[in-house]
Amino acid sequence: MSNHEWGTVAQDRGEGLIFWLIGFSLLVIMPLLNVLPGPDSWLHVSDFALNRFGKFLAFAILALGLDLIWGYTGILSLGHGVFFGLGAYAVGMHLMLTIGTESVYGSTLPDFMVWNQVKELPFFWKPFYSFWFAIAAAILLPTLFAAIFGFLAFRSRIKGVYFAIITQALALSAWLVFNRNETNLGGTNGLTDFKQVLGFRLSDPGTQRGLYVLTVLSLGAAYLLCRWITRSRTGRVLVAIRDSEQRVLFSGYSPGNYKLFVFVVSAALAGLAGALYVPQVGIITPAQIGVLPSLEMVIWVAVGGRGTLIGAALGAVGVNWARSILTSSFPDLWPFFLGGLFVAVVLLFPEGCLGLARRLNSGWHAGLRFRKKLATSEPEGQEVR
Amino acid sequence: MNPKAPNAARHALWVLCCGALSLGATSTVMAAEGPAAAPPPSAIERALADLSSQDQALQEAAVALLIERGDASLLPSLEELRSNADRSVRLAIKPVIDLLKNRAHLTSEDANTRRSAATDLGMLGKPVAIPWLEQAAAREPNRWVRYTMEEAAQLLKLAADDPATKIAAATKLGELRSQNALPMLKELLSGSLAGSEQSDQQKAVARAASGAIERIEVWASWSGAIETIFRGISLSSILLMMSLGLAIVFGLMGVINMAHGELMMVGAYATFVTQEWFRAYLPTDLFDYYFLASMPLSFLVAALFGLFLEATVIRFLYGRPLETLLATWGVSLIMIQAARVYFGDLTSVAAPSWLSGGAQVMVGVYLPYNRLFIIALSALCVVGIYLLLFRSGVGLRVRAVMQNRDMGACLGIPTRKVDAYTFAFGSGLAGLAGCALTLIGNVEPGLGQNYIVDSFMVVVTGGVGKLAGTIVASLGIGGLNKLLEPSFGAVYGKVLILVLVILFLQRRPSGLFTIKGRYVES
Repeated sequence: MSNHEWGTVAQDRGEGLIFWLIGFSLLVIMPLLNVLPGPDSWLHVSDFALNRFGKFLAFAILALGLDLIWGYTGILSLGHGVFFGLGAYAVGMHLMLTIGTESVYGSTLPDFMVWNQVKELPFFWKPFYSFWFAIAAAILLPTLFAAIFGFLAFRSRIKGVYFAIITQALALSAWLVFNRNETNLGGTNGLTDFKQVLGFRLSDPGTQRGLYVLTVLSLGAAYLLCRWITRSRTGRVLVAIRDSEQRVLFSGYSPGNYKLFVFVVSAALAGLAGALYVPQVGIITPAQIGVLPSLEMVIWVAVGGRGTLIGAALGAVGVNWARSILTSSFPDLWPFFLGGLFVAVVLLFPEGCLGLARRLNSGWHAGLRFRKKLATSEPEGQEVR
Repeated sequence: MNPKAPNAARHALWVLCCGALSLGATSTVMAAEGPAAAPPPSAIERALADLSSQDQALQEAAVALLIERGDASLLPSLEELRSNADRSVRLAIKPVIDLLKNRAHLTSEDANTRRSAATDLGMLGKPVAIPWLEQAAAREPNRWVRYTMEEAAQLLKLAADDPATKIAAATKLGELRSQNALPMLKELLSGSLAGSEQSDQQKAVARAASGAIERIEVWASWSGAIETIFRGISLSSILLMMSLGLAIVFGLMGVINMAHGELMMVGAYATFVTQEWFRAYLPTDLFDYYFLASMPLSFLVAALFGLFLEATVIRFLYGRPLETLLATWGVSLIMIQAARVYFGDLTSVAAPSWLSGGAQVMVGVYLPYNRLFIIALSALCVVGIYLLLFRSGVGLRVRAVMQNRDMGACLGIPTRKVDAYTFAFGSGLAGLAGCALTLIGNVEPGLGQNYIVDSFMVVVTGGVGKLAGTIVASLGIGGLNKLLEPSFGAVYGKVLILVLVILFLQRRPSGLFTIKGRYVES
């Protein structure tokens, strides 16, 4: 795959300007458009739209992490839904406990525990009364879990397709476990019906606006972190691992440690995304952390353009936007669209939308050359193995 | 209430006891003298009339008489009576009908009917049925039906008042290893141990009961173990049929086909459509053979799907396994949704009658024919693949490409064709697996999803390029699944298997069996 040039430093030039432009419009213009114009103005951004957009931006944080591991390091993880879920459930558990006696049954226990006839709060729920513990857990739990899982996987040099399958099995297992009632995590219905966070009502548009701003700031921080990593010496080793792991190994580096590092960072970002997602959406269920959601996350990155951080973030927002439009107006068509997107992205524009735009920009000739290369590409027997 | 009730009840009890005691005698007499000795019709008719009587004594006497002397010919008139009567009369008639009907069924032509009649009689708890069962057992040719009849008779005897009968029945049930008797025996044991003072008889009953319980439980643990092993093998054989195709394609082309489960679904729907077609266009007596036709058909249809998939998607992605994984997953999403739109959510296939039922190999161990058929089919597939891969010219080429693609191409093997046909063959195997799966489950769009992760685990654990790895891994994973299920539950069993596979890959990163090569990347 040495002929793939995306993700190198030269390509990142110009991203700085885009970053500040997008950052400014997200952080300042969007909330202003929400507050200032009257509801009838065409410039007005409704509370609902702002909230929905906040959700997409939370997904974008996850996409950044996933891009770090897949786009830059070439490791396909199909289990990022699990890390997302760990972060989401950690914050969800805290929000569940802050409902207090406002719940349907008026008990201090979460409603689903009352249904399941759990009399006492399970021990692992107790620390989640603390907001800061929950936030820390939302980041550290996925980190720790990824560290253990990654250590075992990379130590024995599980890679490529094998790693993808193992992480997919992980997603399936996590989905199965979170679905159980006896794990006291809400079963199939998940955690929902949240009322407040740190005393702010979640139903209040102001709170949601605050969460939106928080999400934008986190996204910016996550972007800067990822950019710092990819531009550092470590980042170059990561790209080298993607292009030829053997050569990295023979040059005296230990690819396993680098892979573990990037896996853990990306899991932490997924956890952060989950933590920001829950208060904005108001529900987290096992259906959001299973095999299919984990795969969808990969497709966000692929659509946007892997190996470019901006592309990954744009892909997450774009695909989810399309999803919310299509699932509300043509629910039957969404799986066709998603499946077609998988196939098209891989077959027709493997460099994603950003790569495509760049090619169009640099003239049609390059694009034609690229098409030709695809059509005549021979199977590379050695790379198969 | 009727002031004479206590008196009437005693009367009824007397009639009943007389009936029960004299039954053996009467029925032999009846058998010897034939229809001539049948009670005068007027008695039965009177009893039938008395059934609807308000007088309880009269009613109970009639019930007793009918049970004692009636036969299946009375059933229509009884049913008619029941449908017109009020609740108390219906309640009175119900046991008469049940007893007579099951008694008639004891001499049925069909072994299953005889067997279920015996079970029912045992459950009804009327001592009147003991001699019927014993007589039927003496005539019974089928070993397992005879077993059921004897078991039912002993169960009825266990409820008797006489301690000696009880002890004999308990001992006999222990000898029969009757699983059904376990609750009653336990009740008997606790009943006879209740109270501070026990008579010698009670102690003897308790001894017999506990001896029988122990015998039955030891046997049950053995038969349970055998059934677990059988279930494990049965699950393994399905996994094996799915993984064989996956492993061959992965070994040859490095392609992970996420749509493999959906090719299985295609096979299942091909079976379903064949069935519907047989039902619509062919005479009913040919219907049972639809399954024979559907096996090659589902293989073919899935293979064609595979060929199409290879030509349109996969051939552009050789050498890029991760991209193939994503693209084929997209294909699988489209196929699932298309099936959902076209066929609806849930359909099922009626298993052909020659595959329904099962074989009882020993007490408590029952092997359904459809599971046995699937095991046999997957064994046949393994043999077929072995012959094809290792004993034929085509297989030689496939193996050559698998080991060194460039060298194979240099020697004139059309590697692209080998790829395409191998992929089609692997897809066909998935279709066949789907066809087999219709025997034990519903046909639904999400069918393949249930097995896909497991079969990927099989491929990863088994390693690439060796048939033996796939077989051992699917036996291992399928067996472990069923082994862990009783103690951990299905969910935690699966999680544990994932952990075990990860730990196993620590020792052998590329699976159980691998082809030795000279590449650094392996």
